[in-house]
Amino acid sequence: MSLAELADLLGRDFMQRALLAALLTGLAAPAIGTFIVQRRLALLGDGIGHVAVTGVALGLLTGASPTWTAVVVAILGAVLIEVIREQGHTNGDVALALLFYGGLAGGVLITGLAGDGAAALQVYLFGSVTSISPTEVWYTAGLALVVLTLTLGLLPQLFAVASDPEFARVAGLRVRAYNLLVAVLAAVSVTVAMRTVGLLLVSALMVVPVATSQQLARSFRSTLLGAMVVGGVAAVGGLVVAAWLSARATVAPGPSIVILALVMFAATWPVGVWIRRRRRLTEPFPALGTETPGPHEVDEHPHEHGEACGHPAVPHGDHVDYVHDGHRHAVHGEHYDEH
Amino acid sequence: MLNPAGTPVVEARDVTVALGGRPVLRGNDLVVRQGEFVALMGANGSGKSTLVRALTGLRPLTQGSVLLFGTPLHDFKERRRLGFVPQRGTAAGGVPASVREVVASGRLTRRPLLRPAGKADRAAVDDALEVVGLTEMAGDGVSTLSGGQQQRVLIARALAGEPELFFLDEPTAGVDLPNQRALAEALRTLSDRGATVVLVAHELGPLEPLVDRAVVMRDGRIAYDGPPLAHEDVHGHHHPFAGPHDHAPHVGSPFDTMSLDPREDLR
Repeated sequence: MSLAELADLLGRDFMQRALLAALLTGLAAPAIGTFIVQRRLALLGDGIGHVAVTGVALGLLTGASPTWTAVVVAILGAVLIEVIREQGHTNGDVALALLFYGGLAGGVLITGLAGDGAAALQVYLFGSVTSISPTEVWYTAGLALVVLTLTLGLLPQLFAVASDPEFARVAGLRVRAYNLLVAVLAAVSVTVAMRTVGLLLVSALMVVPVATSQQLARSFRSTLLGAMVVGGVAAVGGLVVAAWLSARATVAPGPSIVILALVMFAATWPVGVWIRRRRRLTEPFPALGTETPGPHEVDEHPHEHGEACGHPAVPHGDHVDYVHDGHRHAVHGEHYDEH
Repeated sequence: MLNPAGTPVVEARDVTVALGGRPVLRGNDLVVRQGEFVALMGANGSGKSTLVRALTGLRPLTQGSVLLFGTPLHDFKERRRLGFVPQRGTAAGGVPASVREVVASGRLTRRPLLRPAGKADRAAVDDALEVVGLTEMAGDGVSTLSGGQQQRVLIARALAGEPELFFLDEPTAGVDLPNQRALAEALRTLSDRGATVVLVAHELGPLEPLVDRAVVMRDGRIAYDGPPLAHEDVHGHHHPFAGPHDHAPHVGSPFDTMSLDPREDLR
């Protein structure tokens, strides 16, 4: 496809709608995804996505809008995962796994009962922004705005709860309510992202941009904003790539969006490794002067190393070494080890 | 300072906690008065951490009551007066966070919902970072810090809310000596400002000169409450009563008295 044809395609009404939906999804999913990754629940989005398959199937069976049945079922599933996790009867990952299987099996079973084949589910599993209707764009925009407003507005509270729930509880924050809010917002983002990346790949848009952004960021806020940029670029870019390839083959936008996000991760990863290496090198071993190391007595030591002893202190893993006559001394019981 | 006439800030009566049906705390009474620096000590599994968790409301009581500043725990709404440093090796989560962000989250007790941080909030965070000596590291990622520095970050987080009563759960566990000294310095500043401190410690180390009251736990009960004890008194092998000993562990049923221990007969 030539550039002119591509520009013409991108100018079409349905494509404009699709681009808007993709952009909003690309911004909302990583925003809530950052909190989920912070809580080390990276697969939560995947679990909710599988549950939402059942919701879509219920929509197909009853003739109701699959988007709304998916929203309802995904929220119920997310709350259920959160409750199972909080009650602690099973591990968080086991709770997720149970819903994974149940959701997917239920979805395929109900779709069969509805008389549709797996093909009817295909659109929801791998995304199809191109068939999105104007009303659905408004739903998507509305839901994405709700997710963005709540995550950015409650960022300090959500950060405190996600990073240390016990501290948050003593500080008087309603930890359970905030955790449920994150689960519900995740469910809403999943259903928002359903039309663009599809349910099976939805977790990628919540996790991969965050993983990309945290290669370069040092703070939580910059990770979150960076993830939103990566998500937005990947969603819009992936859609354009899918449109461009559509002349030759049928390409669902979901896979191209996810692959693009992964490419961005692969590109930033070496940079992140390099930056972390640089940071380590900027905290060098203290300069020792030019004198050669003298003889070293391990058992006779005139003083105890500490803050006031005047020897340069070098943090070393879980302890502190002291530079002494060209050696690094680490306290070990009665004597000093050479490090 | 020991403050026998001060207002009680913590009043625990008959505090009993069972975990999974097994009693971990058995009928403990503890009153902490304003300005006191109390160290909760005892062997592993003696219930000292559980007692602090019960006092902060993290562990529901099976029996008994806790009053904070004269208000029952479940009605206690003035969380800004409370600072808590959990027992934890690390302050890092799955996403990078800067030292400043973690410390600022301690300010939430004084910030209304959806209101951006004001000048007073920023000043409190700066002050907290200065007290623990981490001002230059404010922009660094928490995960790049050493364990002792991360513990100081957690203390700064509790400080940022400018509380009057601090609970610290093993702040010095696994922390090297220079960091323990920095910690002790921060706690001294706090104590001099008039805060009440209750801390759990296995060993006091550089904190020793700060402590003015030691509470020693054993088998879920407060076994000693008074001036600080030497290490040997807490961990040493001693026999509470004269006469022959068989050196076998004697296990009483829950809430039962140990008939071998004559002190029980005095109650």
